[in-house]
Amino acid sequence: MANRRDFIKISGLGLGGLAISASGLGVYSNLSTSPPQGEGMKLDSTRTPTICEICFWKCAGWVYKNEEGKIWKVVGNDEDQHSNGRFCPRGTGGPGMYYDEDRLTTPKIRTEERGKQVFKDVSWDEAFDYIADKMKAIADEHGPECLALLTHGSGGKYFGNLLKAFGSNNIAAPSYAQCRGPREVAYHTTFGEGVGSPERTDIRDTRCLVLIGSHLGENMHNGQVQEMSDAIDKGAAIITVDPRYSIAASKSKYWLPIKPATDLALLLSWIHVIIEEGWYDKEYVEKYTYGFEQLKAHVKLMTPEWAYGITTLKPELIRESAREMANAAPSVIIHPGRHVTWYGDDTQRSRAMAILNALLGSWGRRGGFYNPETTSVPSWPHPPYPEPTKTWRDAFPGKYNLAYETIASGICDATIPDVNKGCNFKGWIVNGTNLVKTIPDTAKTLEAIQHLELLVVIDTMPMAITGWADVVLPECTYLERYDTIRSSPHRKPSIALRMPAAEPMYNTKPAYWMAKELAKKLDLEEYFSWNSIEEMLDWQFKQVGSSLEEMQRIGVKTFERSYDDLYFAPDEEHEFFTNTGKIELYSTALAAEGFDPLPKYTAHEEPSTGFYRLSYGRAPMHTFGRTANNALLKDLMEENSAWINPKVAGEWGIENGQYIWLENQDGVRSSFPIKARVTERVRWDTVYMVHGFGHTNKNLSRAYGKGASDSELITKVLVDPIMGGTGMRGNFVTFKFESKKEEVES
Amino acid sequence: MRYAMAVDTKKCVGCSDCVVACQTENNVPIGYCRDWVVEITDGTYPQLEIELRSERCNQCDNSPCVRCCPTGASHYSDGGIVLVTANKCIGCGACIQSCPYDARYSHPDGHVDKCTFCIHRIKKGLEPACVSACPTKCMYFGDLDNPKSPVSEILKVRKYKTLIPEAGTDPQLYFLI
Repeated sequence: MANRRDFIKISGLGLGGLAISASGLGVYSNLSTSPPQGEGMKLDSTRTPTICEICFWKCAGWVYKNEEGKIWKVVGNDEDQHSNGRFCPRGTGGPGMYYDEDRLTTPKIRTEERGKQVFKDVSWDEAFDYIADKMKAIADEHGPECLALLTHGSGGKYFGNLLKAFGSNNIAAPSYAQCRGPREVAYHTTFGEGVGSPERTDIRDTRCLVLIGSHLGENMHNGQVQEMSDAIDKGAAIITVDPRYSIAASKSKYWLPIKPATDLALLLSWIHVIIEEGWYDKEYVEKYTYGFEQLKAHVKLMTPEWAYGITTLKPELIRESAREMANAAPSVIIHPGRHVTWYGDDTQRSRAMAILNALLGSWGRRGGFYNPETTSVPSWPHPPYPEPTKTWRDAFPGKYNLAYETIASGICDATIPDVNKGCNFKGWIVNGTNLVKTIPDTAKTLEAIQHLELLVVIDTMPMAITGWADVVLPECTYLERYDTIRSSPHRKPSIALRMPAAEPMYNTKPAYWMAKELAKKLDLEEYFSWNSIEEMLDWQFKQVGSSLEEMQRIGVKTFERSYDDLYFAPDEEHEFFTNTGKIELYSTALAAEGFDPLPKYTAHEEPSTGFYRLSYGRAPMHTFGRTANNALLKDLMEENSAWINPKVAGEWGIENGQYIWLENQDGVRSSFPIKARVTERVRWDTVYMVHGFGHTNKNLSRAYGKGASDSELITKVLVDPIMGGTGMRGNFVTFKFESKKEEVES
Repeated sequence: MRYAMAVDTKKCVGCSDCVVACQTENNVPIGYCRDWVVEITDGTYPQLEIELRSERCNQCDNSPCVRCCPTGASHYSDGGIVLVTANKCIGCGACIQSCPYDARYSHPDGHVDKCTFCIHRIKKGLEPACVSACPTKCMYFGDLDNPKSPVSEILKVRKYKTLIPEAGTDPQLYFLI
């Protein structure tokens, strides 16, 4: 098929853009003349509340300006439970996103000039007309359900409202099927509730924190990292299971350097030890759980000696660490993790972790998992949404019934025409997510894109996905806009406000404005009947006992809990939202769907000679690829490296710091070379790299070509049959010493 | 009065928030820094140890940089904080050479620059930016002459070390180990 879409570079800035960016960079260039030491700079008393958008943790803070009235720094709000007044490096580096001179500046439409596809700068009105016409055409020909929203950002809420008003509820976040989905399904099937975000882990009061491949401290989930530090202060024991000596491992009482892909065997042997030794919480298990006898029989033979042969972990280490957990119980957390789409049996692995928590009685207990509470903020009144006649589920009949959120990769799959699929997608609205990197198997995503009749991308930066768009809508950064009210689950219910600290730079606009303007073109304005965002926010705040004026002053408002306690009361009867009303050690929901009701270990494919398992993770100063071009954060880490064990490096003759190429089992070689980090901190069978580098778009002037992309090496995807999660750790790499291509097209 | 800082290597995760917080607070130009994080790994797999240290000027009591400064730009200020008066500095770089901790850099504006313990904040009763931002609360700051200051309190109960004590500079940046 001829490509409907060529990749277009978003051309360099126009003169206007350059002029603005030069003055905009002032905080870091003009003002690089530091105040004379000791005299200090004037602290501006004016501060504006914000909610950080650099990652999903959404910390509330304050934006300060300098004496010139320009954005100077962002710090945490002391009232905020997500940040406790302390931002992480990414949040602190927020001004770098605002001042980034590579930002998208004006709406663009794909057009053809002299046989070549190019972007043309257009007015907002032209952009909306174009989108509305295409949306109407798709609805007329295929039905409004054939439009999908793929989103990872606050502004997505408004486009979600628009899509629902238009007649589609196909709204997907890659944070589900590409990240935390399996964990949510596992906890739903076990405890009748998900883990949620921020996670309901009571880390600050725990006596034992167990991390299975979770690298807290490197994944900078602010509140959790803070609480881990509190727990260290209080003498809590940390147990880390990781083939890599992570920062968390370095702070652990027990580090279990497990052979990758064998975690489930370790978990089952822990369950075996805790049951056989009688270390489980008998009262809790009897009162709250279902299926203990089946579980006991199931793990009967799964001894530490059995697990040793699979995991390479010594049986006494497995027993000792199990005893450590049991001694701390119920103040123990088998941390559910967050990015858990690894090997395709991820729901089952998460289930084993949930079962361990249940056996140790930590769910609903101090130092285990607390019951969070959320302030329910009413939506601005609008007419009822039309009832869609089909959804993404119709594309996967009988599959993924336990997934209760939309699968982004499923939308992608169902975009490639297939007569057997009951729902095919013709249009995507992509908000704040660089889909070509977020969803594994880039080639398939690009194929899906070729079949689209409309691709709208809303972003602040020229991420790779913008190059495939028909229309690019430049959003202003979170420092320049109002947004939806944050009301997230936590120990206490709370609300928080994001408001603009500065006028939007260039011709950029907030998402709420875009959605409302587009709604006008689609004759759906009745769904956006507020006159201004301030009017809507003020009304919403007033429904929960505050006001916009108050929130502008305080940023965060915390309320007392209105119902039950943080933890189960000693003799509390508790009804769980499962089929049996109990914590299901044996899952009736999984059994009903034809899946293993008790988790089983299955061996995963292993690397062949000369290949190493590709593992990836986070760095505390970056969020995915989103921050790679941020001048402040790039200063801290400008490229990733391939971690290689010295024994392996020795065999290949690879020197520390040498640039190499990685090639995977399917012959895919990294577009860019990556620096070898020869380190004892990684197992000999594993190569590790930080995700989010190797940007191929030259318009990301600081990030282009820096490091390698793990996403492009993840061509084998292990799909979780239970909920459609995309397991990404079944890929293997070897080392190459030259590029495959002369030059990388961008 | 003697200002000092202690950094808990057991809690630091090496996130470098201290570096960005300093950079924004003090408008340190991109590409330069007044503080930085050091990660030292010891051992062979799987017998390993990591020490993480957020480092900066040690605000030495016996500072080679002050001693060697030909113009008096480098000087001791309140509470022993070593400062550089930018308009007295000729940028000769002798102090940079003399510092055993490599804590100073040449600012693009032609003078030498370094950590001030955020003296402009201390004067207002605030903590240095790095201390106030750190998500792990691994930094303790205050007056060593005040036994109740956070830094005095923590040094009473924890084992600590200083860097390159053999240089005889009497550093006032302590690392809890």
